[in-house]
Amino acid sequence: MSEIPAKAPQGHIEVRSFSLSYDSIEGPVQAVTDTQIHVKPGEFVSIVGPSGCGKSTLLNAVAGFLKPTTGIVTVDGERVSGPSAERGMVFQQYSLFPWKTVRENVEFGLKMRGMPRSQRERAARTLLGLAGLEAFEKHYPEKLSGGMKQRVGIVRALATGPKVLLLDEPFGALDAQTRVIMQQILTNMWQRLKISVLFVTHDIDEAIFLSDRVYCMTARPGSIKAEIPIPLERPRQQSMMMSSEFLALRRGLMSLIREESLKAMGGEINDLGMRGLNIELHGQSLAEVL
Amino acid sequence: MSSPAILRHPEDSMPATAIAETGPEPVATPPSFGTLALRWYRLNRSGLRAIAIGITSLLAFLLVWHLLTTYRVVFFVRFTNVPSPLAVYASFIKAIHDPKFLMHIVLSCRRILVGFSLAAIIGVPLGLVMGRFKLVHEVIFPVAEVLRPIPAIAWVPMAIMLWPTNEQSIVYITFLGSFFPILVNTLHGMTLVDPVLVRAAQCLGARERSIFREVYFPASLPHIFTGLTVGMGVAWVSLIAAEMISGQYGIGYFTWEAYSLVQYADIALGMIAIGVLGLGSSLLIRGAGQLVMPWRAK
Repeated sequence: MSEIPAKAPQGHIEVRSFSLSYDSIEGPVQAVTDTQIHVKPGEFVSIVGPSGCGKSTLLNAVAGFLKPTTGIVTVDGERVSGPSAERGMVFQQYSLFPWKTVRENVEFGLKMRGMPRSQRERAARTLLGLAGLEAFEKHYPEKLSGGMKQRVGIVRALATGPKVLLLDEPFGALDAQTRVIMQQILTNMWQRLKISVLFVTHDIDEAIFLSDRVYCMTARPGSIKAEIPIPLERPRQQSMMMSSEFLALRRGLMSLIREESLKAMGGEINDLGMRGLNIELHGQSLAEVL
Repeated sequence: MSSPAILRHPEDSMPATAIAETGPEPVATPPSFGTLALRWYRLNRSGLRAIAIGITSLLAFLLVWHLLTTYRVVFFVRFTNVPSPLAVYASFIKAIHDPKFLMHIVLSCRRILVGFSLAAIIGVPLGLVMGRFKLVHEVIFPVAEVLRPIPAIAWVPMAIMLWPTNEQSIVYITFLGSFFPILVNTLHGMTLVDPVLVRAAQCLGARERSIFREVYFPASLPHIFTGLTVGMGVAWVSLIAAEMISGQYGIGYFTWEAYSLVQYADIALGMIAIGVLGLGSSLLIRGAGQLVMPWRAK
């Protein structure tokens, strides 16, 4: 057991002919349908899409919290059948254990693995040092700012040396400045650890800035609408977000998502009496009509 | 964080306002006792205020009581036979030198200790298990819901039949009184555990037992302690009722006996003793809660 986890480029995620539906009183509801995605070892991949498109559902299936209705999820060829420490996860709500100090939170995964106390304390201190949090090791999470909480959340997920890091809109609740810093921290950690990352967000800039590749999902039932490689060179700087290359990618993704968002809303608007407004969709997207 | 910095900072940055606020006296050189005391006073002002008001209102209560009884006021309520505070104080002085009175108190406390502890030892784990395993919940919950509304006092005749000795039936009633609040609150705490925390634990490699110990249990602790506090209150209510009806000893019996023997001052003494014991035991539980849940300290 290494104290500072994982260097080997592992963590090949594959999701094949994936669909997921759940039962409701009106019959089965398709959340995600006919989806294939993959993340190569050491790759940083984002999923963007309109809200409610099932991107979190997909991520939860990779984490092992949800079983696919059809299809298969594998990591390094092994079928995912439930949550495991091999796939670290970072949640939007931070989800730190309020009754554990910062260090105990980070130690949790190591404790579950049966690592002796003194050893895991040392490991946790090293990791907290990397994230600039060693001064807060004895604090309870409640006392930390959102950015610090999420840094603890990331460090905790990385402590056990997972093959894959899954992040579910991790910076969604943070203010703009903190978010930018957190993106930088995440990039640094990812480059140092060479870990595969699957990142769910609705923030297009964030997705482009962080990723090697971005999947764009359709409105519900979600499927992959487009796969966009991000050829921006690394290391990436904030200034790149003003480059024409970045802006072109942004424009492209933006219009893809806008289309889907309108489609998602179009259904609702229609239900609410779009016809009263004398607009008929005729199977077109609302974007085209407007 | 270095404390000297905190201490020095206000001195350096705002001596002018400090002078203005403290009046004509110039500011003493290093933080003198006076300035420290003043600062402490400012920081704790609202707490001190509450204490001062609390003491005043207690004194006012005693004064009203004193006046009502010395003038034997009769106004719908009759204070003719109600003992005055001084009479109660006199009987208190007499009572603390009386081993019998102390024995009453010790016995009541022992019954509370046994009954309440049993309730906690059974109620908390049962609530946890019911919260975690649906089948256990489905089996036990209906029975608990039927028994729960029955006041502990209504159990007195049944308890006397069930248990061979009076002592056991009194402890049993105390147990029943505190059991249901503890069970229900523990169960409630379990239903409120944030499922995201459970998932976080799972993808850190935690298995069922660890999740129970590391997530469900600590997450439910605040509600468990609410249950214990409420349970302790009901335990005293039930105990006093049981002692009055079927006891031979205990502070409840003491109070009832005082009435039969026309020892009016002892009635009030018994009541006050019950109040103080109840207050003390709930403070104990609150203290234990703060020890067990350091993350909830302010």
